[in-house]
Amino acid sequence: MAAVKETVETVKTIDVDQYKYGFVTDIESELAPKGLNEDIVRYISAKKDEPEWLLNWRLEAFRRWLTMTEPTWSRCHYPPIDFQDLHYYAAPKKTPGPKSLDEVDPQLLETYAKLGIPLREQEILAGVQTSKVAVDAVFDSVSVVTTFKEELKKAGVIFCSISEAVKDHPELVQKYLGTVVPTTDNFYATLNSAVFSDGSFVYIPPGVRCPMELSTYFRINEQKTGQFERTLIIADKGAYVSYLEGCTAPKRDENQLHAAVVELIALDDAEIKYSTVQNWYPGDSEGKGGIYNFVTKRGDCRGARSKISWTQVETGSAITWKYPSCILRGEGSSGEFYSIAISNGYQQVDSGTKMIHLGKNTTSKILAKGIAAGKSDNTYRGQVSAHRKATGARNFTNCDSLLIGQECGAHTIPYIESKNSSAVFEHEATTSKIADDQLFYCMQRGLDEEEAVALIVNGFVKEVLQQLPMEFAVEAQKLIAISLEGSVG
Amino acid sequence: MLEIKNLHVEIDGKKILNGLTLTVKAGEVAAIMGPNGSGKSTLSYVIAGKEDYEITEGEILLNGQSVLEMEPNERAAAGLFLAFQYPLEIPGVATMTFLKAAMNAQRKARGEEELTPGDFMKRVREAAAKLGINPDMLKRPLNVGFSGGEKKRMEILQMSLLDPSFCILDETDSGLDIDALRIVAEGVNALRGPSRGMLVITHYQRLLDHIVPDTVHVMAKGRIVKSGGKELALELEKNGYADYVEAA
Repeated sequence: MAAVKETVETVKTIDVDQYKYGFVTDIESELAPKGLNEDIVRYISAKKDEPEWLLNWRLEAFRRWLTMTEPTWSRCHYPPIDFQDLHYYAAPKKTPGPKSLDEVDPQLLETYAKLGIPLREQEILAGVQTSKVAVDAVFDSVSVVTTFKEELKKAGVIFCSISEAVKDHPELVQKYLGTVVPTTDNFYATLNSAVFSDGSFVYIPPGVRCPMELSTYFRINEQKTGQFERTLIIADKGAYVSYLEGCTAPKRDENQLHAAVVELIALDDAEIKYSTVQNWYPGDSEGKGGIYNFVTKRGDCRGARSKISWTQVETGSAITWKYPSCILRGEGSSGEFYSIAISNGYQQVDSGTKMIHLGKNTTSKILAKGIAAGKSDNTYRGQVSAHRKATGARNFTNCDSLLIGQECGAHTIPYIESKNSSAVFEHEATTSKIADDQLFYCMQRGLDEEEAVALIVNGFVKEVLQQLPMEFAVEAQKLIAISLEGSVG
Repeated sequence: MLEIKNLHVEIDGKKILNGLTLTVKAGEVAAIMGPNGSGKSTLSYVIAGKEDYEITEGEILLNGQSVLEMEPNERAAAGLFLAFQYPLEIPGVATMTFLKAAMNAQRKARGEEELTPGDFMKRVREAAAKLGINPDMLKRPLNVGFSGGEKKRMEILQMSLLDPSFCILDETDSGLDIDALRIVAEGVNALRGPSRGMLVITHYQRLLDHIVPDTVHVMAKGRIVKSGGKELALELEKNGYADYVEAA
């Protein structure tokens, strides 16, 4: 328990203010020239010393992308993105892959310290037997440091950057990459396939329960750099893994594009739990700047009785376009989606999930809590479908929206489709406002307005917070309070 | 000590309080009685600082300090407590969490240290036991699914933990059966003391059989029309409010 406690303490000491992650680290970067063409794709591939098959895979995606148009069906509105005005590759200089923290640029370590990532702390914790968190810290596009590799190795777990995986485990990457989110999937996923910079790779061998929570902190640092992370997680038969993803980004005037792809594959009896706390820069008080977040996240319950669970706390980004989904292919497999999406200021959120029931007796559960404040717009968009062979499919969906103030909007757009008469789908949705009477009651007991709002909102999202690993739950609770500062009155 | 001087209050242009003047001294328990619509609940909300009310004239002093410019939480930290007629439900927030947040917020506002978890638990357990509150109830979300009696007991629990210098009880007897009424009244009586003033707002005499007031004030059409000792309550019970309403 000591380690858990220490980690929680560390998280607690993170002194978070309105947007304290708005700083830029002054480290020389190596930039690709602006714009996107086949040469840039080749440049990225060459920089990363990739094998021929991967270059061809990228090029195929790029050619496909040229024929595609940006999707416009979401409720998000933003000026057109000039895809030729972005850098598609940035790597911090001096990175011949340090083997330990001592070899890492001290300025980077300082950045992590500001972010509150307890890297050094975790090294100390490594000596302790209980609850460890391994951080594959992604600084801009290149993984600079991976901790705990040794211990994971003992368990047979592979946890590394995807570039390393391409070199060290090409057979696994080639077998699984693009099998959940194909290169042809959608505009942003296809773009990502062409230019992805780096990301995490996880493989849990058959029957292994990953001995610790795996964690990646993403951070966008280079000005005008599109960020194209690629994550691939495979849980082999009977394996279990819990993966945490946490995000912060420095303050900027320019809109920053982020188009990540996450693929999860669970074989027979395997379980993957994927948790995200997203706190990217949402733009200033007039809605300027902020991250554009167009993410494709999908899990494939490929094996029988497999399970994939998504939990997300979304508080940041100017635009969020994100639908972590589950393909329930294996017989008796199950998918879960727990979500808290908070929007304030001028943020626009169009987020939800898809539960695609393909196999017999597959089950899914959706619990989505949307909170809209300020002038923001918050949409839940969810699809639940049962295909002809999905006999006995079951889904339960509950989406609740909470409105704070007079100028925000909340929308729920469910798509429900069943081609099998035995499928049972339930959908519940509520929309409520924080009542003035509730606020007055809390204030009469001594809480100020912001504390009262935070307390009521934390009550509203409690069921989802409980799904997060404890270390994350504490941080998430703080973020929720910060995101809603100044939302009342 | 609470002093209300010539208070005029409107809501949406409609006059509710009409030159109300009232003083409740430290250690005094004052009862306000009056028919429906006389402005009793408005008075309690205005003292506690609820929005929506426009104070067009008058003054409210708590322990000599004007509260009109203060936020509700600042009034609470200054020692004011209102036991609600209809306590609000806070879904997902455990009663214990709420109590801790409230107690520490007030301590913080007064520049005091936060309570240690041990000290907090001890205080809550003792106060709950006195009011016959099952500790399991403190783990449930505040007031969600509580019976009328449980909600009122929870108000008194908060009152005793927050240790206010002035308490307003708004129709605390409403919705209570006779057993619940007795338990709540005992809880209130235990909090009577030489430094604490109380304003008990009620419709019926029966609450005042259990919480015996020092003074009784009759309210009609937004002001105090008659004041007296506890015997005034008995007279009202016998003759009703009609005479006073007409006279007002």
